[in-house]
Amino acid sequence: MIDVQGLTKRFGSTVAVKDVSFQVPTGQVLGFLGPNGAGKTTTMRILTGFMPADEGSATIAGFDIYTQSLEVRKRIGYLPESAPLYLDMDVPDFLSFIARVRKIPASKITGATNRIVELCGLKQVMHKKIGELSKGYRQRVGLAQAMIHDPDILVLDEPTSGLDPNQIIEIRELIKELGHEKTVILSTHILPEVTATCDRILIIHDGRIVADGTPEKLASQAAGESTLWVTISDMTDAPVSAFSRIAGIKSVAKASENRADKDGQRIAMKLHPGVKPAADVFRCAVEHGWTLTELHTESATLEDIFAQLTR
Amino acid sequence: MSDIYAIFKREFRSYFDSPIGYIFITVFLVLTGWLFYSSFFILNYSSLRGFFELLPWMFLFFVPAVTMRLWAEEKKLGTMELLMTLPVRDIDVVIGKFLASFCFLTLTILLTFPLVISVVQLGNPDMGPIIGGYLGAILMGGAYLAIGMFASSLNDNQIITFIFGVVICFGLFIIGEGFVLIRVPGSWVPVLQFLGIGAHFRSIGRGVIDSRDVLYYLSVVALFLFLNIRALESRTGH
Repeated sequence: MIDVQGLTKRFGSTVAVKDVSFQVPTGQVLGFLGPNGAGKTTTMRILTGFMPADEGSATIAGFDIYTQSLEVRKRIGYLPESAPLYLDMDVPDFLSFIARVRKIPASKITGATNRIVELCGLKQVMHKKIGELSKGYRQRVGLAQAMIHDPDILVLDEPTSGLDPNQIIEIRELIKELGHEKTVILSTHILPEVTATCDRILIIHDGRIVADGTPEKLASQAAGESTLWVTISDMTDAPVSAFSRIAGIKSVAKASENRADKDGQRIAMKLHPGVKPAADVFRCAVEHGWTLTELHTESATLEDIFAQLTR
Repeated sequence: MSDIYAIFKREFRSYFDSPIGYIFITVFLVLTGWLFYSSFFILNYSSLRGFFELLPWMFLFFVPAVTMRLWAEEKKLGTMELLMTLPVRDIDVVIGKFLASFCFLTLTILLTFPLVISVVQLGNPDMGPIIGGYLGAILMGGAYLAIGMFASSLNDNQIITFIFGVVICFGLFIIGEGFVLIRVPGSWVPVLQFLGIGAHFRSIGRGVIDSRDVLYYLSVVALFLFLNIRALESRTGH
């Protein structure tokens, strides 16, 4: 459905997007994840035909984004970052303008508008100027204009920014629902968002794709990085190597900083994937006559993967 | 075609969605009216010549003010991204926007009709120069608009695009005027006179519609709309 090959985009001497390639099949919700300035928005702008890339090519629904840009744009619904809108227009005028340009037949404009107003919860603000709306409602108007023509492909740049928690949940549900039949690319830097809505995640950093996979796959990669934290109250200079003989422990290190609420020496043990050596650690401490005041496993999450890859 | 109409309609309405259109029209009518009547009764001559002589100077500031927001505002608000990712060709957007500002300017010019009524009531003017003057004003206005709209595509700050517009319009106007022409070599005079915006307006204003004058204005419009399309192609997002 979407096939991107080697996109590169430079702004002066900075490279915003570096040789990015990926494919998105129909019916997949793909999340672009990355810190600010990673190249998410630039990639989306290239795909939606707003700006050309310097190198590389892409096809959307079989149409080339350069030579058949209009065909591509017809099939895409795009919500640009921070939902730019004509602030002087009122909501119905704006939606009917979009409907017209989107070539919705005149007889169907009312129906399409009513459907989208219902879907995006815009009924209460239909008489207002867009400039008078709160950030959350503007975001919804932005979503409405992206979906009014029922496109096959949705490109949403930070769709939930500015929404309150209830609205965020609504919009996520909506995206999930749309994802059954449509291809959706969304960008975000909110991690729970991708786990909640996306079938697949691309982590982008410095213009490159640094990770690609389902949320589960990326999380399980991260699981290999879990850490067992131990605090021993009466051990000051004793060697920590005693623990390293326990099966399943990759490395042992004294934590450089002791936490104020934990009395004693804090030790971090990196674990091999899938092992649970807590019981052995406890026995080992008992054998040495040490008093354990803390013992817990911290498994790495998407956050850790994200932090690792984008540092 | 329907794209051009949709863009046109939105853009034309936007002049009246905010007070800006009403303010423009009021200021223009008050200024031209005041400047016209202040000398009209002294000259005691029943014609609109004074008004039409004033117009190129009025337009110099008024027209770039009408066009300064056309692209600058889209860039500032970020709606440029919305607009240029809709399935509309760049040329259709440019033409739609141009036609919207053109209709707005034409409406403003036609609203000066009370001047015509007072001239007709107070005397027996020659209608040829009046009709020619209005036609010339609309054509010259179109040329100024195309220039101003191009200027608007060069920056996202409306004050800057206004100044760009005034400067380019002034440049194209001044090269054909007397105080430049007397300072250049004789062989340049006909060329500069032809390139200047004002001479064609005065020529049409005499009530003689020469196809060269019409063609000149249409060429200026076409050239600057073309430059505008090119300026859009080089967009970088901001």
